[in-house]
Amino acid sequence: MQQSNSAVKRVLVGMGTCGLAAGAGQLLDALRAGVAEHSLAVEVGITGCLGNCHAEPVLLVEHDDGSRHHYGNVSKARLEQLLAGHLRDGQALEKLLYHPEQHDDPEGRFYQKQVAIVSRKFGHIDPEQLGDYRAHGGYRALQMALDAGPESVLQTILDSGLRGRGGAGFSTGKKWAFAQRAQGEQKVVICNADEGDPGAFMDRSTLESDPHSVLEGMLICGFVIGAQRGYIYCRAEYPLAIARLRIAIAQAEAAGLLGESVLGSAFSFRIKIKEGAGAFVCGEETALIASIEGRRGMPRPRPPYPAQRGLHALPTNINNVETFANIPWIVEHGAQAFAALGTATSKGTKVFALAGRIKRGGLVEVPMGITVREIVEDIGGGSDSGLPIKAVQLGGPSGGCIPESLFDTHVDYEEVNRTGAIMGSGGMVVMDQSSCMVDIARYFLEFTQNESCGKCTFCRVGTKRMLEILERICDGRAVMADLALLEELADRVGRASLCGLGQTAPNPVLTTLRYFRDEYLSHIQDHFCPAGRCRSLCTFTITDACTGCMLCVRACPTQAIQGTRKQLHVIDTQQCISCGACRDVCRFGAVEVRPHPRFSSGVDA
Amino acid sequence: MDFEEAKQVATTDFDSTWLDEQLARYGRDADACIPLLQAVQERHRHLPQEAMRAICERTSITPPQLYGVATFYAQFRLEPVGRHLIKVCKGTACHVSGAQALVESLSEALGVPDGGTTQDMEYTLSAVACLGCCSLAPVLMLDDKTFGKLNRSKAAALVNSKQTAPTQAPKH
Repeated sequence: MQQSNSAVKRVLVGMGTCGLAAGAGQLLDALRAGVAEHSLAVEVGITGCLGNCHAEPVLLVEHDDGSRHHYGNVSKARLEQLLAGHLRDGQALEKLLYHPEQHDDPEGRFYQKQVAIVSRKFGHIDPEQLGDYRAHGGYRALQMALDAGPESVLQTILDSGLRGRGGAGFSTGKKWAFAQRAQGEQKVVICNADEGDPGAFMDRSTLESDPHSVLEGMLICGFVIGAQRGYIYCRAEYPLAIARLRIAIAQAEAAGLLGESVLGSAFSFRIKIKEGAGAFVCGEETALIASIEGRRGMPRPRPPYPAQRGLHALPTNINNVETFANIPWIVEHGAQAFAALGTATSKGTKVFALAGRIKRGGLVEVPMGITVREIVEDIGGGSDSGLPIKAVQLGGPSGGCIPESLFDTHVDYEEVNRTGAIMGSGGMVVMDQSSCMVDIARYFLEFTQNESCGKCTFCRVGTKRMLEILERICDGRAVMADLALLEELADRVGRASLCGLGQTAPNPVLTTLRYFRDEYLSHIQDHFCPAGRCRSLCTFTITDACTGCMLCVRACPTQAIQGTRKQLHVIDTQQCISCGACRDVCRFGAVEVRPHPRFSSGVDA
Repeated sequence: MDFEEAKQVATTDFDSTWLDEQLARYGRDADACIPLLQAVQERHRHLPQEAMRAICERTSITPPQLYGVATFYAQFRLEPVGRHLIKVCKGTACHVSGAQALVESLSEALGVPDGGTTQDMEYTLSAVACLGCCSLAPVLMLDDKTFGKLNRSKAAALVNSKQTAPTQAPKH
């Protein structure tokens, strides 16, 4: 199947931010030099994210006949083999291939259950070439929309059942209808690319891999609601995404796709980039608008909704990157094709950023209705550590932890909500037995407390008090009454906060309390962190499984481990700071968690 | 702009021609607040007082508005930073993969706490919001380069190799 008699036409290197961090830049340079040195008649180019970040850096070889060969973990040595082999004689090097098509191959399962709508052009096009996007059908949907008229397109979006991919899941068609009906000569479209959830990179990958799809979605939206201006509010932490957006906008303007009379029609539309300046709360739409207007990013009460009174008091429609990237596909393929995928209330696909303690992490796009287990086990291949998986965190600081016992939950807005988590924007962080769920709750509270804009008391003070309680629990200073207080605060903060940040901030605490209460109890009553993360509540010991390999001796930052080669190592608990570095490096599972001597001896030092 | 140039710019009188160019580009209304501060920080690597004052004098933006914005957003720095900026990602995936250990190891190697700058103004260490490279966790950015799948010793080696060969980006 992988053999092809046609000649190699083009070699593409995956150049998203993840790829670059894994050395794709050096790979591209070496490839260019190698092609020149070997006088090979192949084109060298770049592409975006191929999703399989676990195999970065990646390289794709395209043949004249359209066949494609995908190589992962392309080291210098492997590149040399490719230059001397496949790129010279056109014969794929089976052993080095990343096997996406071979489903019996474990790595092949990474792509098997995925369905590409948003990511349909990732890895196929050079994100910096408008020609590539158009050659793959780009801007065809825009032409179709202009021909069909706003009402017809709006009906298509309504019928497709598309819901906002930013997290809340409101019907995109209805949102557009509000903005369309709003009175006003001038209207605005905003693309929310302020992907602030830690552990989420779907929007970054989309903007880096296929920026024109987002522009096309915004253009179609502008045409439907009657807007003349669009803004993309993008995190400043995403310099590559911003650079590629700038290139895409300039190309679209030069080609008559943006600006006066788009594609020769009476519709005019311009898009500007606004760089965020690092404030999580700006993901909230009214705060985002305040930020574009040059103010502190603080939300205001709704109504009026942005559809009535948005940017500079103009009717404004805000959707996130993934929502816009779905639009061209829906217009092109029809509402029915989209609605055919998914569950009764959640249609189409969802892009997830699969990360954490997972073997095959990366960007995955799955049909709605797939189970969490299928994503974690089939696509992700289970934990990278070999330890059992404990939970996945879905929806970032606004979301919650879904325990392994509920992994048969389907990816569907309502079903995920019933677990206490939320679909969110798509961050899915996998946690294994070495993750402490109390520490995770503390981590998210620290985040939301820090990012609270300070406008409402419940969020500003409530999250602070909640964080203090969680810190006491992690330090071993908490009493049982703290748990009741924590639950009460969680309830009040959730109900009395103005915007989504405060309303959802308690979710990580509530879900961990619901599913991992025993861990909280262990921290409070037994002064023991079973996962070995909370340093005040654990220490480590080396068991007979130790082979005397010296790895932990070298890894220990305080030289607390005594040992010589092939002799059982010993940890001096007086010097040990309980950082767990020894456990992280041990290949034999010989490092075990024990209660901290302060508590195990029964004397509170 | 590199460190030497930035230092030069920061210590000389504020370049008013440059500011006028920025005002022509971004405007003089409140809308221009964030892009103007971003431009100043891009040039000076932090927000010098003279620049802030000059913006308020030449635009309709008032000092409380400007300082309000500068102190609200995490991107803006009111204090100078070192020649090299180390941003350790504290996203969720990095947190569960040992980001704390990276901060500790770098903090020890450089002798400064999180947020601190070495006395020789070579390095500033800063734990930052998610960098979005979650599949390579734990990650950090050293100036504009991202390094992934790190541990204590690899992180410390980044600054140690940089100290011996300051003009060369470390290999990975």
